[in-house]
Amino acid sequence: MSITLNVNAQNHDVDADPNAPLLWVIRDDLGLTGTKYGCGIAQCGACTVHVDGEPVRSCSAPVSAMAGRKVTTIEGVSSRAAKAVQKAWVDLDVVQCGYCQSGQIMSATALLEKVPKPTDEDIDRAMAGNICRCATYQRIRAAIHAASAELTA
Amino acid sequence: MHALMQAFGPEEQEEFANAFGLAPAATGTTISRRTVLQGAGAAGLIIGFGWLAPMGARAAAPEAEGAASGPLVPNAFVRVGTDNLVTVICKHHEMGQGNTTGLASLVADELDADWSLVRTEYAPANPKLYANLKFGTMQGTGGSSAIANSFLQYRTAGATARAMLVAAAAQAWNVPASEVKTSKNVLSHASGKRASYGDMALAASRQQVPSAPMLKTPAQYVYIGKDHAAPRVDSVSKCNGTATYTIDVKLPGLLTAVIAWPPSFGATLVSFDASDAKNVKGVTDVVQVPEGVAVVATGMWAALQGRKALKVQWDESASSALDSEALLAQYREQAKQAGTKFARPAAMHRAPADPATTIEAVYEFPFLAHAPMEPMNCVAWLHDGMLETWGGHQFPSFDQMLAAKAAGLPLEKVKLHTLVSGGSFGRRANVWSDFTVAAVNVAKAIDGRAPVRVQYTREDDTGAGLYRPMYVHAVQVSLDTKGQITEWKHTIVGQSIMAGGPMAGMIKDGIDPTSVEGVSPTSYDLPMMNAELHSPVLAVKPLWWRSVGNTHTAYVMETLMDELAVAAGQDPLAFRLALLGKNERAAGVLKLAAEKAGWGKPMKSGVAQGIALHESFESFVAQVAEVSMHNGKIRVERVVCAVDCGVPVNPDVIRAQMEGCIGYGLSALYYSEIEVKNGRPVQRNFNSYRALRIHEMPAVEVYIVPSQVAPTGVGEPGLPPLAPAVANAVAKLGGPRVRRLPFTRSALIAT
Repeated sequence: MSITLNVNAQNHDVDADPNAPLLWVIRDDLGLTGTKYGCGIAQCGACTVHVDGEPVRSCSAPVSAMAGRKVTTIEGVSSRAAKAVQKAWVDLDVVQCGYCQSGQIMSATALLEKVPKPTDEDIDRAMAGNICRCATYQRIRAAIHAASAELTA
Repeated sequence: MHALMQAFGPEEQEEFANAFGLAPAATGTTISRRTVLQGAGAAGLIIGFGWLAPMGARAAAPEAEGAASGPLVPNAFVRVGTDNLVTVICKHHEMGQGNTTGLASLVADELDADWSLVRTEYAPANPKLYANLKFGTMQGTGGSSAIANSFLQYRTAGATARAMLVAAAAQAWNVPASEVKTSKNVLSHASGKRASYGDMALAASRQQVPSAPMLKTPAQYVYIGKDHAAPRVDSVSKCNGTATYTIDVKLPGLLTAVIAWPPSFGATLVSFDASDAKNVKGVTDVVQVPEGVAVVATGMWAALQGRKALKVQWDESASSALDSEALLAQYREQAKQAGTKFARPAAMHRAPADPATTIEAVYEFPFLAHAPMEPMNCVAWLHDGMLETWGGHQFPSFDQMLAAKAAGLPLEKVKLHTLVSGGSFGRRANVWSDFTVAAVNVAKAIDGRAPVRVQYTREDDTGAGLYRPMYVHAVQVSLDTKGQITEWKHTIVGQSIMAGGPMAGMIKDGIDPTSVEGVSPTSYDLPMMNAELHSPVLAVKPLWWRSVGNTHTAYVMETLMDELAVAAGQDPLAFRLALLGKNERAAGVLKLAAEKAGWGKPMKSGVAQGIALHESFESFVAQVAEVSMHNGKIRVERVVCAVDCGVPVNPDVIRAQMEGCIGYGLSALYYSEIEVKNGRPVQRNFNSYRALRIHEMPAVEVYIVPSQVAPTGVGEPGLPPLAPAVANAVAKLGGPRVRRLPFTRSALIAT
């Protein structure tokens, strides 16, 4: 079926199986490959995007449910919080293999947009759905606090 | 899951051994000859070296590609462009461990390059230029050897480039070369003359190549060992989604394939019915390949839907009997039988008749999948009589040779493009090249009509075998009344990782060193050790998993040390130090970790420290784990880690690797296990094969021992001490002495 998707503030008409997960449509049809496939069952968070500002696992979100909603991927995320998160990630050299980090950054950005000064418990709750097999977790936590400090300075 | 059909016959083993100098002796790093070439292209200065490994199986012939082809074919280690950019060509695979940054910083230091002007590229498959000097003449990344084998090579590459730039400036300014200074891509002279490296690159390319450029003394380093002086080169691209992994490769007409793999280890294909699969919109082909049945489509979702609609009949009559629980029982029995000796008591040693204490224990370790974040994949494109692949080619030499074989093409017609990988932990360093060969087979099956990416799903990858094997250790250790160890009997049962593959030549006298490393050799003086090995063969392919044999040997040795210390009424730290003899580096990290952790200080109720030490990949790591236990739930609060890896080239990368090893090791300790039932792997995705999450990550402190010794590994050595350090703390808290992993097997719940 034909669906109009709003991704990164642009409308795209795509012809897709309505059950197709958003992940494969944005990767294969729109060519936005920053969003990653990790598990396909919403367990790892590598595919996290924002839908109307909320973090969503795109591997398990059918594309038909996206009509009329605003999807933001790592390529399009540009809020003040997102910039602060990306800067903190680079400043602290958070990444190792980097494959999960688009999803980590999307989850962290969504957190800071809601909770500008998160506690460690807030971070645990918001980030528990994002697996990093390189175990960069300590730096992720530090980077979220650093981004928070910059945003609330 | 697939059985990785072709086993290597003796002929192929020999072929590999000859091709890559994979004889055991070929592990030294002495450089017997060096060839330097010079390419004078419009883009500037290109420098490359052909380094011969000690075996010298093949002469280096670096002049073949570089000089003739110019800068667009990166066959050298460093390029200085007229645009003032310094490009470092990295021969090692980047899977997150930071070696791209490490190799670049070695060149940049000797070259006095400006870090912001340094770029990196990944080398093509060309073992004559890019062999891992620790692996003989084979090109590959593994064994935590990237920086260790490149330390002199990459520094020399940078120093040579610098010397030629200096010579060019000296000539242009008519001053002695000794008066030309370099710093951050700028040449200067006291007279006020200045030029950028870019300005001087062309003139430099016409200079004589120095035969032995001067290397810096440690006091002159500007990046090596300097904290945060050379931040990661891949941070920005991995934070904005632009880094290109294999899953992201875009090519005109690229198709996506998923494979219906055999459901059990060793199952064979009987028949398949593709009619429904072919009706799925987007499916272009359904083809039989040696791996199984490939469903090829215009995108991943169509391929998955096609695979779901495919009807396949498998013959599991020979594969369905395999059961991991039964296998463990079999291993436990086997451990009681005589095996192949790998350690004998010293002739002097006499076991006393009546020891004061004897500890008898059996340890059990499960199959482990690597589960890197990016499931296996590879792109293959057959065109114009050649094959191109894009992938996480961690072992380019094997991948290229096996891809050539699968394609029926000569080696020189196979071009590998190595991309960064979303993790590996050993998974991509496999001598079967499963993902590469699968992609080539599918490309062939569609007659090279289009480039095709074979993508494993998470389930495909986790179920693929190539596991850290299951192991059983049975030990019997006795102490006399003074707490001295008098007897140590040790039997290990578990698959040999190297047997049946091209590295089987490394097995000597029936002992695969990767099965026993960490028990023998060990850092401790244990002349009474009497040890034997059984290496059963299974249909499940084994593979190295971050730190290889040390994953299980360190757990046994270091929990035993703790138990022995307690039995002897001694402090576990003092007990270990007394057994370390002249092993000063091992003792050094142990004392450092203990000191930084406040070993022996009073702890809060319900909190205890456990300590462990392990030497692997020529590095020494000790860790103190601070563990709390409340209402039967455990939590690792803090890990203090001391590491001695020789010259710490990039301190922050070393810290990151220690943090990563600790998190990866804790995942395995808590949760990881692949069970096999009816020949099929049970755990297939992160819902059942759990991974550590952020709330479970301890606070990690890393202390690096200052050193001038040649650098050694950091990607793996941080892992082995973690599990025993935690287990020792659990025992101190009154928990069980855990002898079967993971912890969930002992009803130990992490919070």
